[in-house]
Amino acid sequence: MSNERHDLAVIGGGPAGMAAATTAARLGLDTILLDEQPAPGGQIYRNIEQLTRDGDLDLLGEEYRRGADLAREFRASKAAYRPNSTIWQTSPDGRIGLTGPDGARMIHAARILLATGAMERPVAVPGWTMPGVMGVGAVQALMKASGVVPDTPVVIAGSGPLVYLVATQLARAGCTVAALLVTTPGSRIAGALKELPRALLAGRDLLKGLAWMNEVRRLGIPTTNGTSHLRIEGEDRAEAVSYGADGARKRIVAELVLLHEGVIPNVQLSLSTRCRHVWDETQACWRPETDEWGATSEERIAVAGDGAGILGAQAAEPLGRIAALDAAFRLGRISQVERDLQAKPERAELARHGRIRPLLDRLFHPAPESLAPTDPDTIVCRCEEVTVGALREAVRLGGEDPNRAKVFTRCGMGPCQGRMCGPTVSAVIARESGHSIQEVGTYRIRIPVRPIPLTALADLVGDEEGLPPGGSTL
Amino acid sequence: MMKMSPGADAIVIGGGLHGTCTAIHLALKGLRPIVIEKNSVGRHASGVNAGGVRQLRRHPAEIPLSIAAMDRWMNLGELLGKHASMCEFVGNIGQIAVAETAADMHPLEERAAELKRMGWMHEELIDRDELRRLAPAVSEHCIGGLISRRDGQATPYLTSQAFRLRALDLGVRFEESTRVIGMDHGARWNVQTSVGAFESDILVNCGGAWGWQAAAMVGETLPRGHFASTLMVTARMPHFLDPVIIGTGRKLSFKQTDNGTVVIGGGIFGVPDLEKETADPVAERLRVSAQTCSILFPVMRRATIVRAWAGLEARMPDDIPVIGASQTAPAMWHAFGFSGHGFQLSPIVGSLLADLIVDGKSPLPIEAFRPGRFNEGILELDPTAA
Repeated sequence: MSNERHDLAVIGGGPAGMAAATTAARLGLDTILLDEQPAPGGQIYRNIEQLTRDGDLDLLGEEYRRGADLAREFRASKAAYRPNSTIWQTSPDGRIGLTGPDGARMIHAARILLATGAMERPVAVPGWTMPGVMGVGAVQALMKASGVVPDTPVVIAGSGPLVYLVATQLARAGCTVAALLVTTPGSRIAGALKELPRALLAGRDLLKGLAWMNEVRRLGIPTTNGTSHLRIEGEDRAEAVSYGADGARKRIVAELVLLHEGVIPNVQLSLSTRCRHVWDETQACWRPETDEWGATSEERIAVAGDGAGILGAQAAEPLGRIAALDAAFRLGRISQVERDLQAKPERAELARHGRIRPLLDRLFHPAPESLAPTDPDTIVCRCEEVTVGALREAVRLGGEDPNRAKVFTRCGMGPCQGRMCGPTVSAVIARESGHSIQEVGTYRIRIPVRPIPLTALADLVGDEEGLPPGGSTL
Repeated sequence: MMKMSPGADAIVIGGGLHGTCTAIHLALKGLRPIVIEKNSVGRHASGVNAGGVRQLRRHPAEIPLSIAAMDRWMNLGELLGKHASMCEFVGNIGQIAVAETAADMHPLEERAAELKRMGWMHEELIDRDELRRLAPAVSEHCIGGLISRRDGQATPYLTSQAFRLRALDLGVRFEESTRVIGMDHGARWNVQTSVGAFESDILVNCGGAWGWQAAAMVGETLPRGHFASTLMVTARMPHFLDPVIIGTGRKLSFKQTDNGTVVIGGGIFGVPDLEKETADPVAERLRVSAQTCSILFPVMRRATIVRAWAGLEARMPDDIPVIGASQTAPAMWHAFGFSGHGFQLSPIVGSLLADLIVDGKSPLPIEAFRPGRFNEGILELDPTAA
């Protein structure tokens, strides 16, 4: 038995991944794209091929057409493709573990490009783990994948461009948006205005955002700005949302509450690969340290797209191509001069799409309360139902970093391995211990990064040739 | 043999269970210990092992210690006070080495006979019916096994923390994130570290996988073997198993914890890196563990693995630890190299060591663990090992 080998394995089929795989294949690299979804597109362009075929793009808007072009170019490329693959391991030595329709296997790659994109920031407000509470992005994903919209009135609470976009998308699809509770503090506006001149250069992007806000008004969606201290109320499922606004406590009945405080890099794989990570104060998230080519602290591992810091879908494309150029250079297929030359137009495109980001980062920075909840009964880790209060006690006993707190409380020990609670746990421990989030660190993520059935592991395809021994008796 | 008077200062290198337990007992004897730990307490083998509290199938030299340790596990309150419950210790559930075939059963029968000859009664053979009664989830093809009925399990990291909290109560000082870079003995010990020098009358090396390095700093060559023992854990499952099951013909250590998760280990190695201080589990090697589980426990065919991890542990050529005075340095003692089965011994070793240091004599035989044995020609290997 010998292991499947490639020059480059790209993990994730969103804009960064598709663009990278297409470019790498063009440059002659034996490239494979591994993705969890059944078809190319990633989160942003989910199900784009089907939606294009059926002429259903109207619901989602014109800008989604870009995804269809990317998917077509990727399909036309020589890159191999394994959809429906859950990646549960990427290693510094280039080994990748995945579970697909034909079981679990190991793939070896000379280089790995993580294009794992973004995930919604978990919003740990009281009651967020009850049935009837979902992420705004999760609802949008359902809409893209199967055209499903909620059949009960929804309350949307949070901040960021996606809140406005999804509110309008839901309303246009016939769903009743009973209220839009915007958590962006009013005080932010003044500070954010400083970034406006640069954002104006982004032109279309800024207009797009303003258009969504305008559309919310036009559709008559009741909107309250400057809300805070959200609380989902209910016995065993969401019944109402209470919140602070204009100095008073208010309450609105809601069977379905959609929360959103922006997106953060999906770093489980880069963390598990031991790439060095930093806490990004501007975006309030962990991200791998990368250079201008997406290279990480691990020689064989690079990251492109939102997985390295949130820049959005349009920036992800040139970032993917830049990382592919660097992979081809490092594998000796193109010269450094050739790499730099081909990267030039990509960098210009990247700069164009990056102009709006400082405005967004400033305007939609999560409030301290949503980053590190203070209410002791609020659940932080939903898998193991660990509360803020329990974390506080763990810190008192010596659990001054997430890995130690984990063993005191079991936070992060459930099936998601801290994917959902990682940033919140780090932020709460930092506050309780008086350290910075960077000092406190985050979870060590172990294989399998995603759960794997025991029977699949028992039938794992791949041998251990070349692996170091398990010990020494010197 | 040098004796230490109360009030003397002690430095313990290594904040694992044995280091912390030694500090507790030195403090109980009136000494003032400092534990110097390069990472944090319980970071490596002490905190990430399988948590088996096992007398079953011990090396004969370890049996007296293991039985004494078991008594302490059963009365953890005496050792740890209010922190005892933190260990999540459960005793009297039994550990069973399970036999699938007559070929498996044979060495177990020999082991039982050998122990009887030596006068030990804690391991007994069980037949298919008794196995079925104690562990109905074990596959029906299994024909019996060897059991130690008092055995149990505990939660390793929390146990390390309970030891730490007890030590703190007794006035032990912990210097974590502090790396020993050198040491010499003049009138007293001077231990140089990444944060400055510490002085003491006595020095104890409980450095685990790095224990040989501390020995080397005083010119003493001890085996530097190490390995990365691997474990994996499932999502919660409905309760199906009380005792801890270990393999006979196959490598396995298998237990279901109170919260329903199943912890699977037993002789599967990851990739150790002493320098980076990491140990990575290896899926290609865990495959055989997954196969073993689905053969021995049909219920496991529905299990989902959520996490695997590995720990760095010292391994001696004869698979038993080094416990005793340094051969080259005065007022220095070693206790490391537990070779993957030191967890159960953790309440006793520090106690014996404190007796040895302060009173000059260990109440239990520890001759077999003398550091000098590696210079004495051919090692005696475990005569009862399967």
